[in-house]
Amino acid sequence: MIRLAASETLIPAPNIEYYELSPILIVFGVGVLAVLVEAFLPRAHRLHAQLALCLTGLVAAFVVVCTLTDEAQENARAVPQKVAAEGAVAIDGMTLFLQGTILLLGVVAVLLLAERRLGGEFAASAATVPGSAAEKETTRLGWVQTEIYPLLMFSIGGMLIFPAANDLLLMFVALEVLSLPLYLLCGLARRRRLLSQEAALKYFLLGAFSSAFFLYGIALLYGYAGSVRLSDINAAVSGSEDNDALLLIGMALLAVGLLFKVGAVPFHAWTPDVYQGAPTPVTAFMAAATKVAAFGALLRVFYVGLGGAKWDWHPMFWGVAMVTMLFGSLVALVQTDVKRMLAYSSIAHAGFILVGLVATNAEGLSATMFYLLAYGFSTIAAFAIISLVRDGSGEATHLSQWAGLGRRSPVVAGMFALLLLAFAGIPLTSGFTAKFAVFSASASAGGTPLIVVGVLSSTVAAFFYIRVIVLMFFSAPVTDGPRVAVPSLTTALAVWIGVAVTVFLGVLPQPVLDLADNASFLIS
Amino acid sequence: MMIPTSEAPAGAAEQLQNIGEATGVFNLTWLMIALPLFGALVLLCGGKRTDSWGHILGCLTVLGSFLIGAIQFLTLLGKDADERAYNQHLYDWLDSGNLQLGVGFQVDQLSICFVLLITFVGFLIHLYSVEYMAHDLRRRRFFGYLNLFISAMLLLVLADSYLLLFVGWEGVGLASYLLIGFWQHVPDYATAAKKAFVMNRVGDIGLLVAMFFMFDQFGSLAFDEVFEAVPGASDGWVTAIGLMLLLGAVGKSAQFPLQAWLLDAMAGPTPVSALIHAATMVTAGVYLIVRSAPIYNLSDTAQLVVAIVGAITLVIGALIGTAKDDIKKALAASTMSQIGYMVLAAGLGPAGYAFAIFHLLTHGFFKAGLFLSAGSVMHGMHDDTDMRRYGALRAAMPITYACFGLGFLAIIGIPPFAGFWSKDKIIEAAFNDNIALGLCALIGAGITAFYMSRVMIMTFFSDKRWDSGVHPHESPKLMTLPLIVLAGGAVLGGGLLINDGIVTWLEPVVGHEEAHHRMPVWALTALTLFVIVVGVAAALKMYQFSPVARTQPQGGVLVHAARHDLYQDTVNEAVLMRPGQWATRFLVWLDHRGLDNLVNGLAALLGGTAGRLRRVQAGFVRSYALTMFGGAALTVLAVLVVRL
Repeated sequence: MIRLAASETLIPAPNIEYYELSPILIVFGVGVLAVLVEAFLPRAHRLHAQLALCLTGLVAAFVVVCTLTDEAQENARAVPQKVAAEGAVAIDGMTLFLQGTILLLGVVAVLLLAERRLGGEFAASAATVPGSAAEKETTRLGWVQTEIYPLLMFSIGGMLIFPAANDLLLMFVALEVLSLPLYLLCGLARRRRLLSQEAALKYFLLGAFSSAFFLYGIALLYGYAGSVRLSDINAAVSGSEDNDALLLIGMALLAVGLLFKVGAVPFHAWTPDVYQGAPTPVTAFMAAATKVAAFGALLRVFYVGLGGAKWDWHPMFWGVAMVTMLFGSLVALVQTDVKRMLAYSSIAHAGFILVGLVATNAEGLSATMFYLLAYGFSTIAAFAIISLVRDGSGEATHLSQWAGLGRRSPVVAGMFALLLLAFAGIPLTSGFTAKFAVFSASASAGGTPLIVVGVLSSTVAAFFYIRVIVLMFFSAPVTDGPRVAVPSLTTALAVWIGVAVTVFLGVLPQPVLDLADNASFLIS
Repeated sequence: MMIPTSEAPAGAAEQLQNIGEATGVFNLTWLMIALPLFGALVLLCGGKRTDSWGHILGCLTVLGSFLIGAIQFLTLLGKDADERAYNQHLYDWLDSGNLQLGVGFQVDQLSICFVLLITFVGFLIHLYSVEYMAHDLRRRRFFGYLNLFISAMLLLVLADSYLLLFVGWEGVGLASYLLIGFWQHVPDYATAAKKAFVMNRVGDIGLLVAMFFMFDQFGSLAFDEVFEAVPGASDGWVTAIGLMLLLGAVGKSAQFPLQAWLLDAMAGPTPVSALIHAATMVTAGVYLIVRSAPIYNLSDTAQLVVAIVGAITLVIGALIGTAKDDIKKALAASTMSQIGYMVLAAGLGPAGYAFAIFHLLTHGFFKAGLFLSAGSVMHGMHDDTDMRRYGALRAAMPITYACFGLGFLAIIGIPPFAGFWSKDKIIEAAFNDNIALGLCALIGAGITAFYMSRVMIMTFFSDKRWDSGVHPHESPKLMTLPLIVLAGGAVLGGGLLINDGIVTWLEPVVGHEEAHHRMPVWALTALTLFVIVVGVAAALKMYQFSPVARTQPQGGVLVHAARHDLYQDTVNEAVLMRPGQWATRFLVWLDHRGLDNLVNGLAALLGGTAGRLRRVQAGFVRSYALTMFGGAALTVLAVLVVRL
């Protein structure tokens, strides 16, 4: 036994605000429990147990987030404000709003993951070699890779910390915690497994590459400020002028790591391949929730930590936003695969959200948060619908196969059309409200050129969204084309939730806009 | 509501009369409009179930409106001159930014005249139509359209703002279109309806633009607010508004240069011609000008243009009338000409407004009577309208003859019939204002006497030129009764002028000014009567004392021109229609060659760019990583460059 006699006096016990951190802790706790379920429960019961466990955990965490928001308002403060865990985690308006969003998106994602009637989206046993006898055997036995649930929970946990991290090291840990399970999940597709595994590997390699940039940025900023705490960096930025190079290069590299996660040009290259290859429920979850978390982190780093150096990073973000909007919209024009098209569309949307971010005012913050919420629900529902359109070999994602779908399944095609209109930003959908909020925030901050580019890109983008609608409703159906499978209740529920939110935020956005306004508050 | 920002210069504006809140019977103003509208809805939506009693309902709703109007009129009579305007505010219609507009009705001395004319003559014509349309399978629909018309026309004259007036304006346009084309299975009739609609539309644009100007200048479209604010506007704007309003009036009232539709509009059933294209709708332009008196009073230019348009039209209409063999077209040309008189009077300013309305009212009676008589003649002549196959009908249809005759005496201006009083006043006012305008009016009176005598003689005198198998007979009582009532109006209408009654009555709304006389009144009256006698004599010589050909004779150049409406259609076709078609073709060409190519080219450019960009997405992680690395380098560079 080794005794460190002096240690008790040197290191005081950290003060942990368990209550404020409980949403995160609940989700991680459920993830650990889910691993135990995998270990100890018989295979037959796992699925239902996992489902119940995850949904309960997410809803419980969401309830705590709501309570936290509520309590803050009861204390006569518009927003909660507390730096928890010795200053490492900031519990403020933005954190709670984005955590709530991520948890709700998580619930919808779990519902999607639970789809069983369509033969499952996930490999029966991911460990088997594609095309091997073992694969056939496990498939025949009807195995299910229920490890996806704990993986998902860990990823969500990481996402909850990511926008809340008030400390660059914690943020990096959160980045890895949210990313690693995602890399795995991407490789678990049941059909076209090689494509799926390729996507996972690409995502992993590029993710690691971007993490390196991120980490290097942290190191440089530490060298500049002598601390990884955002508030200390902020103080250093506004306090001194010396050793600028460290600050500038550090913030640029930090931006690279974060822009990679949101899929902004030129760090977008992984998006189409991964979106296409990953199992569709995972794509849906990634497209929706990862964006929320990553933008949250971007907002926190650049508003709180580097707000004083705004004039240094501002032009760079302008450029990235413009290029991202234009590139995403343009390249989506020539896509022939629905999933790839939505991937490029998500790149374009990252650009639109960046327009809100570079407004750098409270209005921009609330518009960005609203956009993330609106886009998250629309996109998760859109990918869910894609998973329903199937032919004999699984999902039929080639655009030509979607011709005339509206005549065969008017309801599903109608919902997809509605979501596409939301992506295009047509009024009475959430997409319009969100774009309007972002653009008006940008206008008040002098971002007219950005808005011009944004509107032009929207025009280009409207073409390919509406082309799909035309294809679905005005083209003759292809013979032996895909049909819309009848999903299990959970998937149907997920689709309906997404569509309902899309319509609600388009018709009656004010309550949620008010919520975002109240939450547009950051503490340092 | 907006308060005018500039004070009116002292003395520049007429004293606008006070408008009180509607009380008592004036609260029923809305019902006047709602009753016929309700009738129209029931008849048009009710389908075949209403076939048996639809025409009765149609008559009753108009009678109801007339009774309300009559009670209102009597109530007004019992009040002081400055308490005869009432406004009923129904509800707020538009409340958007600077534009706040309520739906409200204004009953005053001017609008009540119109209400009485519309509902009374309208009711008589409804009665007449019961019999006239008895054999038409779609009589119910006809009554539905008629009721719709009455409702829209009442809305037009009762509106308290230009915008609401415009609603009625469009409503009567629609009803007119539907009724001209009532027998739309005849392609010519359908074309006539379309022509009327399109030409009216040209005028409507004028009215719309006038409203835009008003809103821009005064921030309101309500009559009282606009009139209050007009003196503060610059002369240019006032003139522009006046001219645009005139364009609207010209379209609706078939004045030069938009008169061509009226003759074709005779395609509609005769009661329609009597009600819409003689007595009421076509006079809406005159109403618009008189109602806008506070605007015209401030612009001499606009007034002069109004007077000139009126003078031109009254001569053109009269000339066209001399050559028409179709009895309805001859009467239509006469309508055009008579409205020209009214517009001329309205263009004379306060000296003429009251006489414009006076002539409008008397004309409403005698022209409706003439048209209905013509309808009665056609009824007896197997729907033939060619006067060259009439002749000597006075014995066969004595009542019609008598009524037509009284209307004839009224229109050519023989004392003591109504037309004498009203037309004489206009000629007098025109002479006082400008000798050229006066001469036009005087010559017009002579030509009127000529062509109306021609119609009279060719129809009821001269010798029989009937087709074989035609047995003229008098019309049934339900048709002759309205004729008799209207003829009574033609005889007694002049009574409105006793003690300057109508002038004093309208003065609070339109003002009045005593003109200085250029020549003694008795001399002018004598001169007018002399011209009229010359006209009648010429007609007697040409048509009574020489035989009338059964087919149209060749005729000289002038006759030819008049027969072809002075080539107005040809002019319109050459100046407007052909260039319009060329412009359309050019635009189509431009669209195909220019815009489509531009759009397609842009799309191709975008597609090409996208295709090239897409190649960057090679699928190799190494190239992705390289892209990222390059991007990172650029990012760092961008941040550093900013600092420089």
